[in-house]
Amino acid sequence: MSTKVDHAEASSEFIAETDHLEFHDRRLWDLRKKRDRAVAEVPEWEQLRELASAIKAHTLTHLGDYLEQFERAAQANGVTVHWARDAAEHNQIVHDIMASRHARTLVKSKSMLTDECEMRAFLEPRGIEVIETDLGERIQQLDNEPPSHIVVPAVHKLRADVAEVFGRTLGTDPTNHDVHYLAESQRRTTRPSFLNADAGMTGANFAVAETGAIVVCTNEGNADLSVHCPKLYIASVGIEKIIPKTEHLGVFVRMLSRSALGSPITQMTSHFRVPRPGSEMHVVLVDNGRSQRLGMADFWYSLKCIRCGACMNTCPVYRRSGGLSYGATYSGPIGVIIDPTYDLRKYSALPFASTLNGSCTAVCPVKIDIHDQIYKWRRVIAERNALPFTKRQAMKMAGKLMASPKLFRAAVEAAGAGVEYLPRVMLYNRLNTWGKQREVPVAPDQTFRQWWLKHRAQGKEPGGES
Amino acid sequence: MKVGLFVPCYVDAFFPEVAIATLELLERFGCEVGYPLNQTCCGQPMANSGCEAEAADTEALFVRNFSDQGFDHIVGPSGSCVHHIRDHFTAIDQTAEVQHVRAHTHELVEFLHDVLGVREFPWAEFPHTVGLHNGCSSLRKLGTASHSEAVHAVPFSKPMTLLAGVKGIRFVMPERPDECCGFGGTFSVYEEPVSARMGQDKVHDHQRAGAEYIVSADMSCLMHQKGCAERMGMPMKFIHIAQVLNGAHQ
Repeated sequence: MSTKVDHAEASSEFIAETDHLEFHDRRLWDLRKKRDRAVAEVPEWEQLRELASAIKAHTLTHLGDYLEQFERAAQANGVTVHWARDAAEHNQIVHDIMASRHARTLVKSKSMLTDECEMRAFLEPRGIEVIETDLGERIQQLDNEPPSHIVVPAVHKLRADVAEVFGRTLGTDPTNHDVHYLAESQRRTTRPSFLNADAGMTGANFAVAETGAIVVCTNEGNADLSVHCPKLYIASVGIEKIIPKTEHLGVFVRMLSRSALGSPITQMTSHFRVPRPGSEMHVVLVDNGRSQRLGMADFWYSLKCIRCGACMNTCPVYRRSGGLSYGATYSGPIGVIIDPTYDLRKYSALPFASTLNGSCTAVCPVKIDIHDQIYKWRRVIAERNALPFTKRQAMKMAGKLMASPKLFRAAVEAAGAGVEYLPRVMLYNRLNTWGKQREVPVAPDQTFRQWWLKHRAQGKEPGGES
Repeated sequence: MKVGLFVPCYVDAFFPEVAIATLELLERFGCEVGYPLNQTCCGQPMANSGCEAEAADTEALFVRNFSDQGFDHIVGPSGSCVHHIRDHFTAIDQTAEVQHVRAHTHELVEFLHDVLGVREFPWAEFPHTVGLHNGCSSLRKLGTASHSEAVHAVPFSKPMTLLAGVKGIRFVMPERPDECCGFGGTFSVYEEPVSARMGQDKVHDHQRAGAEYIVSADMSCLMHQKGCAERMGMPMKFIHIAQVLNGAHQ
């Protein structure tokens, strides 16, 4: 059985590293500000959000049809289409495609889906070397860590950390923290891989049903090199990435990079549709829990996500706890609402790693009601008995106390007990936890109710117990 | 106009002065204010923890308290509690009585601004430099001010509009005016490390902007921020908007 993720504990370790925490918070807040400026330059932004959300809603409610249309179009283009029910099938399909062609090295651009499927861990023991070619993802691979952010995978690392990782793994000078030096070092070690690899892989930002095209948005050009150098190209595509028509890119591409990084568009928006002469192109369409999520009345909206990361950048909790503290492929607000669909118990603490402040919902380009879903997940977790026992007990006690004016007053007004008892009543447990870094409020001489009885009720008897 | 005064549990216990200011303010504008004596809580702490069943009796009690005295409106000085009543009061059957209570419950600022439509507070003077803190429920759910994510929205702030009617008050703007302060109800204890750090960052942001006071319509946020500031030995002061509008002199 999987171990429950303890987000609070993990975040305390993240916060203890002050330099890292402050850089992380500033860097991501800076992306949020850039997003605001980029959005400000598009007067019809709110209409675009409506459109994007509606296109996604339409597509998801006709998903089977569009997937089949995509398959037909792709096949007509000479592409081989595979269907994977889950991560295991996806990994096996990729392995079989490669193994049957004696392909032993795979260069790939960033794909959250292959992280979700833990593809590297499957392929590598089976003799297939996987080389991440996105700079951030490569740093994470070399450091044997998952990405901490879906757009900027190594954002939790300082330059010095990267220099250390590269020094250890690429043999560069670990004391040289210069960004250009580090980027160039990675470039020099990755370039030969493109030329020598047997196969290339990308994820997909969009898969266009009418044309069978895979659309990949990157800033480094590494996806194009991964596709165009080797003779075998495999695209791993989550089934929710389908959009009906090319013209819909006119909505999504305008929003993606503005939301993610505050730039009008990514450096490269590549459309891969037809295998070039002498090469093969395969598309693996992956479900892995998505159709089950599509059947959840309260949560299917999360499938609209275009993985821009705007909700993460704006999230004050994410910025102060780091992506790795969520212990899942997807972190931040979007992670909080999709991770429980993979493993409710393991990720049962995540919907509580939120203040329900709603900033995520307000920046989401496809209008996912993220904070409402977080609220609803809490109920599901309580209903399925996945709350910690002490919390459940505390809530039962609180529920009884708050439903009884008599018990409530006894708790609030008991002479001298206010300070000690009340925070426990209101904050439900762990008085010490409140007091670790905060003063406990001082209980006044009288409650408001006592004041009212003295000054306003003029000897009238208080209302009876109900 | 008959108004039922809703005093959230933590305000009753820890901040009676906020409830008194709310009461006096409503009376200054001619409201006939009643205070149901059997009120406890709105049920939000249980419901926000996912325990809707445990919130049901408390929600039912709230409705009983506020539905039988002929109140035209129910007013409370706390955005998140009012948000809970209005938008999340779903643990109980939605009878006509329940729906009436939910629809007629207001947060103090929106009641003053929208229902009473008042702008002048001639008795109030607050010659201090203040930073305004909008609780997230007030801001993004009740919509008492425009929020920074909606960059094309026409900027407005109901609390700021009201405070502008107070003599001598000066405002400063922190760098991240609508970043959450990290209180979040039970989040403040179950996610203590992040919560405390958010609170520290929030008060530092106001301090850098030059605020002497942080003013808010949400006392729970202030309770948390004050706790953080005091522990750090920071001389920041905190006051509820009801007190400022009611003419508090500090």
